[in-house]
Amino acid sequence: MNAPNSFRTGPDDNGHFGLFGGRFVAETLMPLILDLETAYNEAKADPAYKAEMDAGLKHYVGRPSPLYYAERLTEHLRAGAPAGMGAKIYFKREELNHTGSHKVNNVLGQILLARRMGKKRIIAETGAGQHGVATATLCARYGLECVVYMGAVDVARQAPNVFRMKMLGASVVPVQSGSKTLKDAMNEALRDWVTNVSDTFYCIGTVAGPHPYPAMVRDFQSIIGTETREQMLEMEGRLPDSLIACIGGGSNAMGLFHPFLDDPGVRIFGVEAAGHGIPSGQHAASLTGGRPGVLHGNRTYLLMDGDGQIAEAHSISAGLDYPGIGPEHSWLHDTGRATYISATDDEALAAFQLVAKLEGIIPALEPAHALAKVADLAPTLPDDHLMVVNLSGRGDKDIPQVADILGTSL
Amino acid sequence: MSTRIETRFRACAAEGRAALVTFVTAGDPDFDTSLALLKALPAAGADIIEFGVPFTDPMADGPAIQAAGLRALAAGQTLAKTLAMVKTFRADDDTTPVVLMGYYNPVYVYGVERFLADAKAAGVDGLVVVDLPPEEDDELCLPALAAGLDFIRLATPTTDDKRLPAVLKHTAGFVYYVSITGITGMAQADPTAVGTAVSRIKRHTALPVAVGFGVKTPESAAAIAANADGVVVGSALIDALRATLDSEDRATPATLPAVTDLVGRLAEAVRGVRRQAAE
Repeated sequence: MNAPNSFRTGPDDNGHFGLFGGRFVAETLMPLILDLETAYNEAKADPAYKAEMDAGLKHYVGRPSPLYYAERLTEHLRAGAPAGMGAKIYFKREELNHTGSHKVNNVLGQILLARRMGKKRIIAETGAGQHGVATATLCARYGLECVVYMGAVDVARQAPNVFRMKMLGASVVPVQSGSKTLKDAMNEALRDWVTNVSDTFYCIGTVAGPHPYPAMVRDFQSIIGTETREQMLEMEGRLPDSLIACIGGGSNAMGLFHPFLDDPGVRIFGVEAAGHGIPSGQHAASLTGGRPGVLHGNRTYLLMDGDGQIAEAHSISAGLDYPGIGPEHSWLHDTGRATYISATDDEALAAFQLVAKLEGIIPALEPAHALAKVADLAPTLPDDHLMVVNLSGRGDKDIPQVADILGTSL
Repeated sequence: MSTRIETRFRACAAEGRAALVTFVTAGDPDFDTSLALLKALPAAGADIIEFGVPFTDPMADGPAIQAAGLRALAAGQTLAKTLAMVKTFRADDDTTPVVLMGYYNPVYVYGVERFLADAKAAGVDGLVVVDLPPEEDDELCLPALAAGLDFIRLATPTTDDKRLPAVLKHTAGFVYYVSITGITGMAQADPTAVGTAVSRIKRHTALPVAVGFGVKTPESAAAIAANADGVVVGSALIDALRATLDSEDRATPATLPAVTDLVGRLAEAVRGVRRQAAE
């Protein structure tokens, strides 16, 4: 495939990133997503909206998030590397945002948009609960009704976040259909939206779904990469050499990557969840182990069987446990601009513990997948190589689950 | 040459009544029972058959049809088997229209060209694909029309007059009016509102308009039939089927009669209503 002149101009008017993306929704929802697109385009052009966003990001979310040199992790990995090798590792500290992850960047944008559109009721899907918590938080802040759909399996393994959402005044609906995880939560949210068309705004948590969601969520998350760019220029006087982030739907990764897509010197790595290993079939690595298909409003790489039935994903991390991926990632994969690799449950768990001990930062299990691959890649790169990993969330929510896996009863 | 769908709607109109369109899920609860049911539907009173193609993630369907799809998949149903069932049905019945209804991914993965050729050869008359709005017409709608299969579009309460022409543009066979905002089998359609909506659609098209998504009982079917060219009943039939299954979701001797009895009562109700404005 010929490389396009720019990787940053997508999607086209119909929401396509090459083969991927689109608007594969029921007719009932079509007028709603067209309205949303119009409202978003108007908001983007309105300085008042931008001012409101900027103020919210600064005073409520706590941005900018720091870019932090992870000195001890860097030294630890250099110790196992040949002389002169071992990349210099930076963490983009999205876990320090209010609510504990990058999710709030997007939710702020969508909730301010919902207010402009006069919508009073917000629905969301959530996997790990981070997007649900962020949505419940902004709904509390702006006095909006909030209903969060969450797979029953995830409700069980992410109990702290379920309680947080309830504390924040949201209704959490455990979804019992299908595999009872994130994809089923998204189905149920779509069913709610198709039923409550007049007053409800669907706040999607990742760079997936029908156009304009993948582009809109990416735009809101791009603050991550935009800040990283400025911060790295300030700290090192140049751009980073590589970026790395975990991918479920892929919003934290897209937010970090997008501002760098047209900088050919910046290598880009996305890390999917390999679960028990790709050969086991029990994983959530759509690009590594899937094929193009159509689900949840967009064409993208999906895990499915030969009949087009969607497969159940598996990951230790509820936030990555999704059989699809944002369509722009599928396009970046096919064009070769980004490289997609995967980390297993065990590798993520090891990285979770390593970074806690070396850096005093307990990462969420989701970015622990990216950290696991940092541990593989950094020793193979020269010591003047600048690598940024998106520390997309903090691990507090995972403490009960990890304790259980490690055989500690709390 | 008239299509089976045109011929059937014309015949019903000549009788001064609406057509009864019955939805069942292919392969629910198993291949043999489902095939027997498919074959029994016309005699029971179905004018047009909508045959649901099971999908793991049916975002427009309520619990009844979700569960039916999962039962069928658990019993090994595939799109190829669904086409084979239609082919077998067509060997005995060359007049009852069969419309496949489902979601795009199984068709996309099967391969659009191959699917259209196989569906046409099997005797399928039309397609209803829930997640393909006019904005995605290049995917399947236009190729289907070129292959001689009707692409039946859904119009909904959110489809306003401005959008309606785009929705109707490449629609063929009939227009499927979704009578509620919501998923299948949940809310009950309001016959007065449906009547108004059908009149609105008919101002834009000469195609028959069938109404579905909120029709549950013979009484509600009769009420809708007064103002529409067709009445679609799905979840109620699936509920009747499910109620006869054993504890492991297997068919029992009561399964087939339960569905055909309800179809018979629905047919009687629909036939008992003279169209107020039969064209």
